[in-house]
Amino acid sequence: MTTTVERPLAKAPVAATRSRRPGRFRKHLWSYLFLVPLVLLFGGFTVWPMIASWWYAFFNWDGVGSPTDWVGLANFREVLGADAFWRAFWHSFAFSLAAIFIEMPLALVMAILLNSSWLRFRNLYRLVLFLPVVATTAVIGIVIAILLDPAGGLVNRILLDTGLVDQPVNFLGSTSTALPTLLSIDVWKGFGITLIYWLAALQTVPKDLQEAAAIDGAGFWRALRFVTLPVVTPIAIVILLLVFQRSLNTFDLVRAVTEGGPDYATDVVPTYIYRYAFDPSLQAPRYGFASAAGVVFGLLTLVVTLLQAPFLKRRLSGGKA
Amino acid sequence: MSGGVGLRLNRRLNRRLVRRNVWHLLLIPLCLVWIYPFVWMISAAFKTPREMLIGGLSLLPDEATLENFQRAWTTAKFSTYTANTITFSIAVVVMVLLVASTAGYALARPGLPGKKVFVGVLIATMFIPHGYTIIPTFIVVNGLGLGNGLLGSALAQAGPALVVPVLLFMGFFSGIPKELEEAARMDGAGYLRTYWRVMLPLAKPVMGTVALMNFIGAWNAFFIPLVFTLGNPDLRTLGVGMYGFYGQDTTDWTGLAAAACISVVPIVVVFLFLQRTFVEGIAGAVKS
Repeated sequence: MTTTVERPLAKAPVAATRSRRPGRFRKHLWSYLFLVPLVLLFGGFTVWPMIASWWYAFFNWDGVGSPTDWVGLANFREVLGADAFWRAFWHSFAFSLAAIFIEMPLALVMAILLNSSWLRFRNLYRLVLFLPVVATTAVIGIVIAILLDPAGGLVNRILLDTGLVDQPVNFLGSTSTALPTLLSIDVWKGFGITLIYWLAALQTVPKDLQEAAAIDGAGFWRALRFVTLPVVTPIAIVILLLVFQRSLNTFDLVRAVTEGGPDYATDVVPTYIYRYAFDPSLQAPRYGFASAAGVVFGLLTLVVTLLQAPFLKRRLSGGKA
Repeated sequence: MSGGVGLRLNRRLNRRLVRRNVWHLLLIPLCLVWIYPFVWMISAAFKTPREMLIGGLSLLPDEATLENFQRAWTTAKFSTYTANTITFSIAVVVMVLLVASTAGYALARPGLPGKKVFVGVLIATMFIPHGYTIIPTFIVVNGLGLGNGLLGSALAQAGPALVVPVLLFMGFFSGIPKELEEAARMDGAGYLRTYWRVMLPLAKPVMGTVALMNFIGAWNAFFIPLVFTLGNPDLRTLGVGMYGFYGQDTTDWTGLAAAACISVVPIVVVFLFLQRTFVEGIAGAVKS
């Protein structure tokens, strides 16, 4: 008797899971279907190219047909031995250094200033400083190149009129000034976005914490040192990574304004790769070699990022303590 | 006595006011440097080439002319480039919205097996430099037979731009109370219908942010459109067109200024109208 009563009871959960399983599967089936576009688009245009770069780097390949001429590590050896590659690498690195050591601290100072509620017109200032971010880099870069032109450009005219220089400065045309000029334009262009990052970070500082500091008699500097900066530090690391990534991929400005010249004085790795793969004046593109340059660049930046890691970790834990 | 205290207080307030206003002496010149290229660009676009040559520093043209715009619009083909840029940008926005919202919705389903792998891959690619993916991307697009159209470059632009939008949609959909979805299911709505009719309309704020950020990103894109229009100048976007124009004629400053206005003014206007959405989008991306 008891068994006959228990049996349906014991069966019930089994039946329930069984009927639930196809239901759950169907639910997930839909979810996987919804992920198909992502897999196709992101897989095809981001993940696969990352893998394929490595594969192509082992071939001598001009892009006609599929790669067949396996050359092993020859491309890598050529990249590592090419002075031009290392020059481009240091220039790319210079863009990172300018962004990290000039743009980031200045933007932080500006953010602290523009975050003060007593400052009038602060929204207007913020808007103006942000304007270059929205403008097309290639276009506004060319406009600035015209302003800096040695023959009749506005900046040189002012410098001559005020007697600061006797001869026009060929900002973008001379090997000694071209890179610093481009670095300055890059800081001008990117300043606004770093400013917004910092302002966002400053807004995470709790108001009551600031008030408590003020009540305890902490002045501006003490409040900054002991309240604001510790709260902001974890976000600062994210900002650092974002700024680092952006500056390493500098291409638009260099390609549009100087094309890496004069005499490769402003050549960066992306323009270097571009030249070997796509330059119209090229007789045959060297996809394999260009891919190898890209892979080496990727590895080098990874190393630089990892070198920062211990330092970042210390600051992160220091910030939390 | 009380008058003396009041005076002292007043003086201290005054000093503080002065100290605060000193900042404007720093900020105003700085902002002038920031805004000057834009002002010059607009002013030069209306000057005659002759006035530009003589080189008055005045920002107001002696006799305003529209000839520069005419030259840029027709001779330099900026009419075509504008149309291309609009097509390209809209295509990118539509693709990103569709793909990111569906993927974000799927990834927000509780207990989806493999979710961590997807999210992990997305985030990992953020920290790997993208500079070197251009060659395989170029080959994939050509392999699909899309090398000679704007669709190919739009695909190449949209693919890597997906990470942040997917994460934004995922975060948003995860935060929607389950009851709402259950109610939709009780009313007989299936998965697709729930997504399209219930969840997507709720996600309008996220869609706005994603659309605006990607529209501006696509409008200002240079590397991808440059590579994909090397063999076909008629497909150039505004940035690439400007580069071509400058390469052909570095001395037509007023024409270049007009072309720059055509490229930059529309996107700046879009930004000015929607700046709050844009700035909040960037800020949100950093905080999360």
